[in-house]
Amino acid sequence: MTIRPNARTGRFHDFMVAARRDRRLVVQPRMGFDHPAVMRSGLIATRGARATTVGTLTLDSFTRVGDFAAVDRALDAGTRLNGYPIVNYGPAFTRAMLDGVLGADFPIQVRHGSSLPGRIFEALIASGIDASEGGPVSYCLPYGRTPLRRTVAAWRAAGRGFAALREQGVEPHIETFGGCMLGQLCPPAMLVAISVLEGLFFARLGIASVSLSYAQQTHPGQDAEAIAALGSLAAELLPGVEWHIVLYTYMGMYPETRHGALGLVADAARLAAGTGCSRLIVKTAAEADRIPTIAENVEALEVAARAAEGAPPIPSGTDTGILDQARRLVDAVLGLSGDVGAALIEAFAKGYLDIPYCLHPDNAGDTASLITGDGRLEWSRTGALPIPRPGPARRDRLTSRGLLDALSHVKRRYDARIPPQPKEIP
Amino acid sequence: MSHIQPSTPEGPAPHAILSSIPSDSHTWNLLFMQLLLSEQNWSVTNLGPCVPVEVLRDEAVARQPRLIVISTVNGHGCQDGVRLARTLRAVPALATVPMVLGGKLDVDGSKAATMTGELRDAGFDEVFVGGSAVTDFLGYLRRMAPATATERT
Repeated sequence: MTIRPNARTGRFHDFMVAARRDRRLVVQPRMGFDHPAVMRSGLIATRGARATTVGTLTLDSFTRVGDFAAVDRALDAGTRLNGYPIVNYGPAFTRAMLDGVLGADFPIQVRHGSSLPGRIFEALIASGIDASEGGPVSYCLPYGRTPLRRTVAAWRAAGRGFAALREQGVEPHIETFGGCMLGQLCPPAMLVAISVLEGLFFARLGIASVSLSYAQQTHPGQDAEAIAALGSLAAELLPGVEWHIVLYTYMGMYPETRHGALGLVADAARLAAGTGCSRLIVKTAAEADRIPTIAENVEALEVAARAAEGAPPIPSGTDTGILDQARRLVDAVLGLSGDVGAALIEAFAKGYLDIPYCLHPDNAGDTASLITGDGRLEWSRTGALPIPRPGPARRDRLTSRGLLDALSHVKRRYDARIPPQPKEIP
Repeated sequence: MSHIQPSTPEGPAPHAILSSIPSDSHTWNLLFMQLLLSEQNWSVTNLGPCVPVEVLRDEAVARQPRLIVISTVNGHGCQDGVRLARTLRAVPALATVPMVLGGKLDVDGSKAATMTGELRDAGFDEVFVGGSAVTDFLGYLRRMAPATATERT
């Protein structure tokens, strides 16, 4: 059978195209359970939430590091895993778990965090799933010691395999995780640059539907400027690719109080809606303590959806140079090689990309950041980055106390808020 | 804020190797511990997150530190920690080097007491958990190297 160019369908891809057309913010949990019945219940509850939702299968950390023998031992012994072990369960098992849940009205994405994702992509493709996320930089540098060169090769192979679904009439979708990079204290221009570069990496492998991530940081005005910059660069660099922006609710140290935690996810939803993001990954009221329950995930999805309704547009405000910095970073990297993967490896070796506080052996470690008095996340040291240097006033010595203060900046602000009082019923 | 990167031993400062366990991908706790040790005048080699036990063993044999510090917060600290300690203690050159572990060792904190015993039996000299972990660790540093314990804040 010959497939016409426009005959491809992708559940996740089609769902996002329709939501964008209707201007509905899609909200999504970060949910993963080891037991298939619990995982299925979680997906059904996500689908039933009063919100436009897509489902998530978050995998366990043994699967993430490729220790499938440890998964087997845990399953045999009945030890709990912190996510769904898609590789060990196998495709027939997962198809049965998803039967009647996964569909055109409810697409599902696999989230994992693996620097060597080959087996995971094989398993999700065989399970009939057409969306995942990650990237050769964002799933390498923050999380271990796998050499960047090895991760780039593994993601290249996995991405090509995923792109090959197009020959079977499926439109696969992949999301970059590059907008996160250690979760906090990475200045927005670097997040924008890596997200765009990973998006381009996937596009060059033949994937025609991508999303670009950005993780909420410390200042809404600065975040709005960064999201606008991400959109501008994506429009320039990804012609012919269907793309959207996905916002992650704050990925750093999370508020402990219920009102603080839900206040932060509501602000993320207003930021997403107000800046034209198409999708939001939520966090729950239990995030600081433990793996959230299904009910806590549904609550977070509904809080986010309500906050996004009627949220006013947020103008990107003062230009503080995020687009200019991100463009310089992207241009410097792409100038190193015609192959995006090779360019990324070279860029980290030269320090053109350098993530503050990242301990990976392939990261130069010559950059640093700080939170300014008005709550913005800025460079305090730029190393060999091809961007303007900060002034000398920003080069104070970092102490253990100062680090804790910076890491807990958002948490303290939201926990200190006055909890909302119940409204009187008229 | 200042430049952060793994420092190498230099001058009279005693040298510590700082590491995580193989399954723990968290970084911020390691960075905090690096700064804390530096402020107590230690020079630090920070191996970062998800360190295979064999990498830690080889680094420790090569660098002969005064202290090995394991920091972990993902809840797998006990299982991974026991294997790590046994592997390092089996190497003659590392049989007596002071070695401590701290952080969040299990998912809900309920098994901390039992785990501390297990980890000591496997070869750790001290295990630091709970709200006083950082204070207790600083006390431990002062006891083992009083000459270096000049507080710089």
